[in-house]
Amino acid sequence: MKRISDLEYLKLPRYKRLAYKVASFFASIPGAVWGLIKKIGLAIAGLFAGIGREISDIVSTFVHGSAPTKISYVVMGYGNMARGQWLRGILFLLFEIVFIGYMILAGGHWLSMLPSLGKQGPTEVYDWVLDTYTYEYHDNSFKILLYGVLTIFFIVAFIYTWRVNIRQNKIAEQILASGKKLKSGKDDLHSLVDDSFHKTLLALPMTGIIVFTVLPIIFMVLVAFTNYDGTHNGYSNNLFHWVGLDNFNTMLSWTANTRGGTQSYAATFGEVLTWTLIWAFFATFTNYFLGMLVAMAINKKGIRLKKMWRTILVMTIAIPQFISLLYVSKMFAKNGIMNGFLMDLGLIDQAIDFFGDASKPWLARVTVIVINIWIGIPYLMLMATGILMNIPQDLYESARIDGASGWQQYSKITLPYMLFVTGPYLLTSFTGNMNNFNVIFLLTGGAPTNSAASSAAGNVGYTDLLITWLFKITTGPQSQYYLASVVGIMVFVVVALITLIVYSALPSIKNEEDFQ
Amino acid sequence: MNTAAPVKRHMGLRASRRAANTAIYVVLIAISVIWLIPFICILLQSFRVESTNEVGYVVPHVWGFDNYVNLAKTDFWRWYRNTFVIAICVAVFQTVIVLCMSYTLSRFRFKMRKPIMKLMLVLSLFPGMLTMIILYRVLADIGLTQANAVPGLILVYIASSGMGYYVSKGFFDTISKSLDEAARVDGATRLKVLVKIILPLSKPIVIYTILTAFMAPWGDFVFARYISMGTSKGMNVAVGMYNWLNKDQIGSRYTMFCAGGVLVALPVTILFLMLQRYYVEGVTGGAVKG
Repeated sequence: MKRISDLEYLKLPRYKRLAYKVASFFASIPGAVWGLIKKIGLAIAGLFAGIGREISDIVSTFVHGSAPTKISYVVMGYGNMARGQWLRGILFLLFEIVFIGYMILAGGHWLSMLPSLGKQGPTEVYDWVLDTYTYEYHDNSFKILLYGVLTIFFIVAFIYTWRVNIRQNKIAEQILASGKKLKSGKDDLHSLVDDSFHKTLLALPMTGIIVFTVLPIIFMVLVAFTNYDGTHNGYSNNLFHWVGLDNFNTMLSWTANTRGGTQSYAATFGEVLTWTLIWAFFATFTNYFLGMLVAMAINKKGIRLKKMWRTILVMTIAIPQFISLLYVSKMFAKNGIMNGFLMDLGLIDQAIDFFGDASKPWLARVTVIVINIWIGIPYLMLMATGILMNIPQDLYESARIDGASGWQQYSKITLPYMLFVTGPYLLTSFTGNMNNFNVIFLLTGGAPTNSAASSAAGNVGYTDLLITWLFKITTGPQSQYYLASVVGIMVFVVVALITLIVYSALPSIKNEEDFQ
Repeated sequence: MNTAAPVKRHMGLRASRRAANTAIYVVLIAISVIWLIPFICILLQSFRVESTNEVGYVVPHVWGFDNYVNLAKTDFWRWYRNTFVIAICVAVFQTVIVLCMSYTLSRFRFKMRKPIMKLMLVLSLFPGMLTMIILYRVLADIGLTQANAVPGLILVYIASSGMGYYVSKGFFDTISKSLDEAARVDGATRLKVLVKIILPLSKPIVIYTILTAFMAPWGDFVFARYISMGTSKGMNVAVGMYNWLNKDQIGSRYTMFCAGGVLVALPVTILFLMLQRYYVEGVTGGAVKG
């Protein structure tokens, strides 16, 4: 695509400018993707270079260091204690003792089991006293994987702390050489509410995130490479073990699978993914434009009772979704109020099965999108109201003096302003809709069921999103956790790709400091 | 005669504006009806006595409080208490955690800041539901599922709440940094700056965070269901009442669902409408900041 200068751009008529913008957005996608690949490559190269620098620094600190520094390489914190920084030194030493103790007592065991995920499953033993067979439990694959990952975390944390301990020795030597005083334990404690206050504030939130989000995500990503499911729960029936890329092959294979159903996993996956993207697109943009229109209608000069109109809409946000959505789904049931109403009006003579008719998947899908408008408009209305009020009114005034019509004012002032301000919001809203579990699950539960898809894949339906499908696989009769994990990884890949491409192709990546 | 023409044009303008406004009123009334109908239906049906099943009409033939009274015969009030306890705890702890996180990321410049924000972004791209399986197994191991699901749920909700820092970070970004710097020059510690200067200015965002944190547990369904897993004792209202609309229960529980729905929705809605202003500020600010 030919690039044009700003002056040429300004000479273009309005519609051509838009066309140019759209074209340049798409034209920049390949460049953005390439830039991304380059960035990742550079990051990896940078990582190795960084490790190299660290190692050379560790070696040179040892060579040039004093005796306490050298001893600190084995006994962490010795250097600190020798120089009078007792608090730091004791903490370092304590950490080392705990680490070594843990590795000897438990960590080494878990780590050694990690490659096999356990050798012996439960065995049947005849109990002479009770005259029955009982089970004796041995290895537990689940725990091995979990504690194996934990141990690796712990080792990484130890290496990092060891490195910090060495760097501190180096810095302390430099400070002493320059004739200054080292920080005492009291100074350290004081800095926790002052210079290092961020560490104090972040300690609790970050611990929570690492333990309850990072660790589980790593665990679940690893599960995609095992055969962990209801019949291999790693404890009371069979152990599970590593299966390499088998699960990904299953998910992406085009051969109809043998466990019921005529559709291959890949076809099912493709269908669900396509619907997920269509859903996200319509759910985002219908709400966006209609919500904006409603906000403008309420904001219009001369409209009274503004507050009342807003409050009526806002109630939908306040009322918990499980009540409103479940109730609405019952309203649209075959014997529900909606059908009764339509029949009373004489519009239809037979009840419409909105969510149950597998021969009309699009009826259910369109209905879901329409009901989602009911849910989404209030939120967008609120947001748009706030932003609309921020548009400088003199823009409209001067437009009116120049004789601009209402539509011109909207398309040349309101819409561009809204789009500019809410660009990032649209992206997060799109990805949020891709993972909009509540609306789909509570409204349709994924129905109508796709009978061609394998029942092993959790009775996936025509309105199922990837996220509800994942839930169905997890809680389905066979509990194919490994498959759920594969779907989860796929969701991540799709969402990440969309996010990265849109972000790097957006004309200006906003600098967050600009706002401050 | 000379003045007639402008007057007429003026009248024409006013008439057309009035026509436009009338059209808008019609649309707004239609919208209000559509938005309110489900709630009015729930309210009306919760007073229906003659049948507990789904019926094709809305206005009850026989009115009464039977459904509300009958709620006491189920586990409804236990679920209600569970949800309330969860909501209160989450509101308190989540607010503290979110404020710590967002304040730090907004105000401090340290080496790990950008990496932490990038990590949060990457984590948010994973479907949260993925972690359900392992969290369930771990909670089960320490005995915090099923009948003891309430503390388990509280733990899970608040542990990862630091990830939702965007909106309040956006708010802190708007507070001028020169305030901090002036106080720092006067010798105040970072802690003092936070407590004495920033917090008093942050009332809107604190209320917004408390409000959203308090409301979320009332609607949470997936996680609560998985963790309470069929044990009525540990359920929250969403999970318990969801089961009432199962094929085999709906016949006897449909109107009770409506009555329970009214009891759940009323306090939450009133609270929300009272604090609406803060919510609107949060939503608008959050959207603008992205």
